[in-house]
Amino acid sequence: MSTMPIHPTGADRRAARPERVTVWRRAWAAARCGGLLLAGGFIAAAALALLFLALGTLVFSPVAGLGLPFLAVMVWLVRPLARVERRRVRLIAGASVAEAYRPLRGSLLTRVRTLLIDAGTWRDLAWLFVQIVAGAVGLAFLAALVVGPVFVAAVVVQFLRGAGDGKVLALLPLGVLLAVAGWWGCPPVARGTAWLSGGLLAPGENARLRAQMEQLAESRAETVDARAAELRRIERDLHDGAQARLVSLTMSLGMAEQELDRHPEAARQLVAEARASARTALNELRHLVRGIHPPVLTERGLGGAVEALALASAVPVEVEVRLVERLPDPLESALYFVIAEALANVGRHSHASWAFVRLWEEQGRLRLMVHDDGHGGADPARGSGLRGIQQRLAAFDGHLTLSSPPGGPTELFAELPCRQ
Amino acid sequence: MTSAVIVEDLLLLRDGLTRLLSMNGFEIAAAVDTGPAFLEAIDGCHPDVAVVDVRLPPTFTDEGLRAAIEARRRHPGFPVLILSQYVEQLYARELLSDGAGGVGYLLKDRVGDVGQFVEAVQRVADGGTAMDPEVVSQILARRSRRTPLAELTPREREVLALMAEGRTNAAIARGLVVTTKAVSKHIARIFDKLGLPPSDDDHRRVLAVLAYLNSGA
Repeated sequence: MSTMPIHPTGADRRAARPERVTVWRRAWAAARCGGLLLAGGFIAAAALALLFLALGTLVFSPVAGLGLPFLAVMVWLVRPLARVERRRVRLIAGASVAEAYRPLRGSLLTRVRTLLIDAGTWRDLAWLFVQIVAGAVGLAFLAALVVGPVFVAAVVVQFLRGAGDGKVLALLPLGVLLAVAGWWGCPPVARGTAWLSGGLLAPGENARLRAQMEQLAESRAETVDARAAELRRIERDLHDGAQARLVSLTMSLGMAEQELDRHPEAARQLVAEARASARTALNELRHLVRGIHPPVLTERGLGGAVEALALASAVPVEVEVRLVERLPDPLESALYFVIAEALANVGRHSHASWAFVRLWEEQGRLRLMVHDDGHGGADPARGSGLRGIQQRLAAFDGHLTLSSPPGGPTELFAELPCRQ
Repeated sequence: MTSAVIVEDLLLLRDGLTRLLSMNGFEIAAAVDTGPAFLEAIDGCHPDVAVVDVRLPPTFTDEGLRAAIEARRRHPGFPVLILSQYVEQLYARELLSDGAGGVGYLLKDRVGDVGQFVEAVQRVADGGTAMDPEVVSQILARRSRRTPLAELTPREREVLALMAEGRTNAAIARGLVVTTKAVSKHIARIFDKLGLPPSDDDHRRVLAVLAYLNSGA
C-alpha cells in the first residue's frame, strides 16, 4: 500500500480513473499533505510566540492591572490563529469546525470580561499547547519524508563512487526507515493533529446552544420590530384614511342638517358628498383589513388564498399547493404574505411573462418555490420586500434562498418546519 | 366677526372645517397644514381663535399640540381649540397648565354636531373652555383619592364635570334639572373646597377645571 488517502471520497474516484492519473493524484495528495503539515508547523510557531506573550503576562500580572490587558490582547490574537487552524482542519478532515464565541459588546472592560469568561477562550488556550507539540510532530514526519529519500540517494551515490569501501551502505536502512516513516506516517499524523485541533476548537455544547439562542433572539427582535412597524402603518392608514373620511362625513351631514330648511339644494349636495365619503371609507377599510388578515385566507385556507393572489396578479401565475392538512394560523398567514410579497415583486420588477408558485410538504418541512421568467437581478440587500420576506420566515425558523442571475430566471425558495 | 385659523394636514378635513366655520359666521384668516405655518399665521393675521389638529407633519405625532402650546407661550391666553381622533387627558392637562383660559380639546367626531361645535369654537375664542366629554369621563372613571376633589359631593362633581366641558351656569342648570341659583351655590362651594381665591369668575373656572384634570393623574 503506497497511497496517501486524505479525502474520504478519494478511493472511489481513484477506482474509476486510469493508472497515469492515479500517479499524479498520489503525488498531488502527498504534496497537499506535506503542505498542510508545513502550515501546521507555522501555526505551531505562531502559537509558541503567543505563549511567550502569555508568559510575559504572568510576569506583569503582579503589577496590578497590567497583566489583564496583555492577556486580553493575547486572547484576541489567538482567535485569528485558531481561525486559520480551523481552516486547515477543514482541508484535512473535510468537515468544518464551527466557531462560536460570545459576542463582544459594550465597553472595553465588559469586552475583556466577556473574553475571559468565554469557555471558547480557554479551549483556544489549551489548543495552543497541543498545537505546539502536534505541529512539531507533523514537521518531524514531513522532514523524514523529505530527508529520507535524499539520504538514500546520497548513500547510493557515495556507494557507487566507491567511498568508504561499501561501509556507507550500513547507513542505507536509516535512510529507508526515514523515507518509509515519512511516507506512511504523514497522512495519519495530519489526520491525527486535525482530529485533536478539531476536538479542542469546536465549540462546546453550551457555546453551541448559546449561539443558537442568540440567533433566535435576533430573529425574534426582528419579528417584533416588523410587527411594531406594521401596527404603526395600520394606525396611520386608519387615522388618515377611514377615520378622516368618517369625520368629513359627519361634518357634511351636520352641515346638511343646518341647511335643510334654508337651502335644500345645498343640503342635497352635502348629503351626496357624505355618501361618497362613506363609500370611500368602506373601500379603505376593506383594503386595510385585507392587509391585516385577508378574509379569503379564513374562508378558503392557504390554497384558495394563493389562487386568489394569482388571479389578482398582473402576470399570469400557475399555482400548485399540495398540503396534507391546514397549517396553523400564524404560519398560514406568514406564508400568505410571503407569497403575496413575492408575487408583488414579480409584478413590479421582473417584467416576467409567466410565474409559478409551488408549495409542498416534504419530510416534515414546508417548501415554497416562486419562480418567474423575468429578467432577474433581484437582490435581498436592496429590496425591502425581500427583507420583509426574510423576516417573516425567520420568525418561523425558515430560510430563504434566492437565485436571480442577471437575465433571469428568478427563483425564490423558502424552507421552514411544518409544525411549530 | 370672529376670525379663525385652521391647522389641519388632511386636505379633506381642512376644506370641510373651512366651509363649516365660514358657513357659521367665522372669517377664515388662514388654513394651514404645519405647526410653523400656524405660528406664522398668528403673527401675520392676528386671528381670534385657532382650530388645530393634534397630529401634523413632519413627525405625525403631537406636533399640533406642541405648536399650540408654543403659540400660547408667545401670546399668553391665545385661544386654541385642539381637535384629535382620540383624546388624552395628558394633553388636556398640558394645554391648560398655563392657567389661562381659551382652551378647547375635542374629538374630531364632535364636528358632526355643527351647532355645538361652532358654539365650542366661539366659547374658546371668548376665553372659555371646551373639554370633550370623553376627557371628562376618563377622569370620572378613575376614582381619585387624596385630592381636594375627593371632598366634593357627587353633585358638585357633576357640576364640575359640566364646567370642564365648558357649559355656562344656565346650561349646567338645564342639564342637571336644577335652578341656576343652585348651580351658582354649588360652584361657589367647589371654588371654596378647591381653595381658589375669589377673583374674576372666568379665571377661577379655568383653575377649577385644571384642578379637575390634574386629579385624574
